[in-house]
Amino acid sequence: MNETALEINDLTVAYHEKPVLWDIDLKIPSGVLMAIVGPNGAGKSTLIKATLNLIKPVAGKIDVFGQPLKKQRKLIGYVPQRGSVDWDFPTSVLDVVMMGKYGDLGWIKRPGKKEKSEAMKALEKVGMADFARRQISQLSGGQQQRVFLARVLVQSAMIYFMDEPFQGVDAQTEKAIIEILKTLRNEGKTVIVVHHDLNTIRSYFDWITILNIRIIGSGKTENIFTEENLKKAYGGRFSPVHKDSEV
Amino acid sequence: MDIMQILHDLIFDYTLRNVAIGAGLLGMISGMIGVFALIRRQSLIGDTVSHAALPGIVIAYMLTSQKNPFILLIGAAIAGYAGILAVMNIVRNTRIKYDSALGMVLSVSFGFGLLLLTHIQKNPRASQAGLDKFLFGQAAAMMEGDILTMLLFGGAALFLLFLFWKEFFMLSFNREYGESLGFPMRFLDFTLTLIIVIGVVIGLQTVGVVLMSAMLVAPAASAAQWTDKLRTQVFLAGFFGGLAGLSGAMMSSAAPKIPTGPVIVIFISVILLFSFLFSFKKGILSTSIKNLKNKTKIEMDTLISNLYELECSHGGRKCSHSYSVLNILMKNSKNLKFTLRKSIQKQLILQDEWGEYKLTENGVRKALSIGTKGDRI
Repeated sequence: MNETALEINDLTVAYHEKPVLWDIDLKIPSGVLMAIVGPNGAGKSTLIKATLNLIKPVAGKIDVFGQPLKKQRKLIGYVPQRGSVDWDFPTSVLDVVMMGKYGDLGWIKRPGKKEKSEAMKALEKVGMADFARRQISQLSGGQQQRVFLARVLVQSAMIYFMDEPFQGVDAQTEKAIIEILKTLRNEGKTVIVVHHDLNTIRSYFDWITILNIRIIGSGKTENIFTEENLKKAYGGRFSPVHKDSEV
Repeated sequence: MDIMQILHDLIFDYTLRNVAIGAGLLGMISGMIGVFALIRRQSLIGDTVSHAALPGIVIAYMLTSQKNPFILLIGAAIAGYAGILAVMNIVRNTRIKYDSALGMVLSVSFGFGLLLLTHIQKNPRASQAGLDKFLFGQAAAMMEGDILTMLLFGGAALFLLFLFWKEFFMLSFNREYGESLGFPMRFLDFTLTLIIVIGVVIGLQTVGVVLMSAMLVAPAASAAQWTDKLRTQVFLAGFFGGLAGLSGAMMSSAAPKIPTGPVIVIFISVILLFSFLFSFKKGILSTSIKNLKNKTKIEMDTLISNLYELECSHGGRKCSHSYSVLNILMKNSKNLKFTLRKSIQKQLILQDEWGEYKLTENGVRKALSIGTKGDRI
């Protein structure tokens, strides 16, 4: 097996004394494209946010390539949920994408020519080069998602965390995005994605974590993505996977 | 006082010059800073800061027994900042929402400030200090020392704002992302909040506690009507704020009975109203013209394709149709007359000698390019 990209030990998160994540232990090897699935309220987004220390866990230790997260920030690429920002904000597509370079730039220094050309390359990769000068308020949902993806692509990250990158995008955009994620994986990067559509799990992801406050299972998709595990996560009342996509 | 006289005084009258420069500067500085309050959706922050600053001003005076602008401003800034920190802590540690917390801190600290103010008014020396001017603002008394203090604080705040421009942009647009890059977003939040506090307290003497938040919000809201670029918004808001401050202070010092704050606020409100109505991009006038144009275009297309179908179904295109037929065709549209006039102007439809309507050759081509059911016939 590859070296461990991300190791989470004893992670517990609570909102107002109610546990949202309970005693999470996870070991994710590098070079996988992993889905986090689970029912609403299972703590999928919370898992990403707590891993990145965007919300303070009650307990837990996070290691990125064997070192504490604090030392490894430059290896982290984060794509927040599309709905978490104000898209009426007065700024352009290019300026948003160049934010991906802020970590490398450090304090005070402004992005220059080099950053601009890298941002343009990333926009080309996601098929948004023509929109560079546009105001972000003019973008459709799928375009917003592509802009966020371009922003994370200009970072030189090793692990990518993406919170519902397929939310509200059309089939064509979804295809384009998954191709980019697979390319990242093939370059040896680790990509972790909060995902909702159980029908596409097998074709998109080679690794999976099934979550419902606790870890139900984590590992290779073929071993973990089983009816039994899904019933544990979603409850036995319904079969969440469409029959056709089974096997 | 006629305009030449005002201009003459502006250059040669020491007091008026001070007042004009001071109010203009403060309008500019708080206008520029206000853009960040607006884009962070914290427009109400100014109100809480200014009201929370009042007890700070009075306590600073009580401790030092002198009306030194520098000391009073420090007192105002500390109290205003403490008020906002209280709001932030309430939101973090309780389930009370941001707007309720702002309202709570505003009313409690303003009440406390008024209490202190009435208390020290009993002391005759203190009442001469004129601290009650801080309620509605008084520009006429502005001295060089006041302007220097304002420049010092405002300049420092603007310097920080531009120095950390990229970081504040990231904080305002996508705080979580900045955090994921490892930037200390909480620290940046405290710093930007401090800058906003300074943007408010430098104007308290001139505009007054009650109306100061307008100087933060109104220039920024006006600027947002004209441009979607953050940088341009900041400079435009500075210009609008400066213009309102300058004109308001001059007008109120021409008639000394009028408190300065309300006059400045009326000026900035006029600018805001003007921007809402007439800005090229988002103004009410330009959007309603755009809407009308669109509506007319759609109705014209409908009219022409409907008329074409009608003419086709009446055995070739020989007959004309009366207004009442068209009216039924267009379901009693209120704009039909206007649309018809426009179509005739564009030579898509012609009116024959009996006053009936008929498509021209151009009109037929247009109908076919729109694509109608009639072209199957």
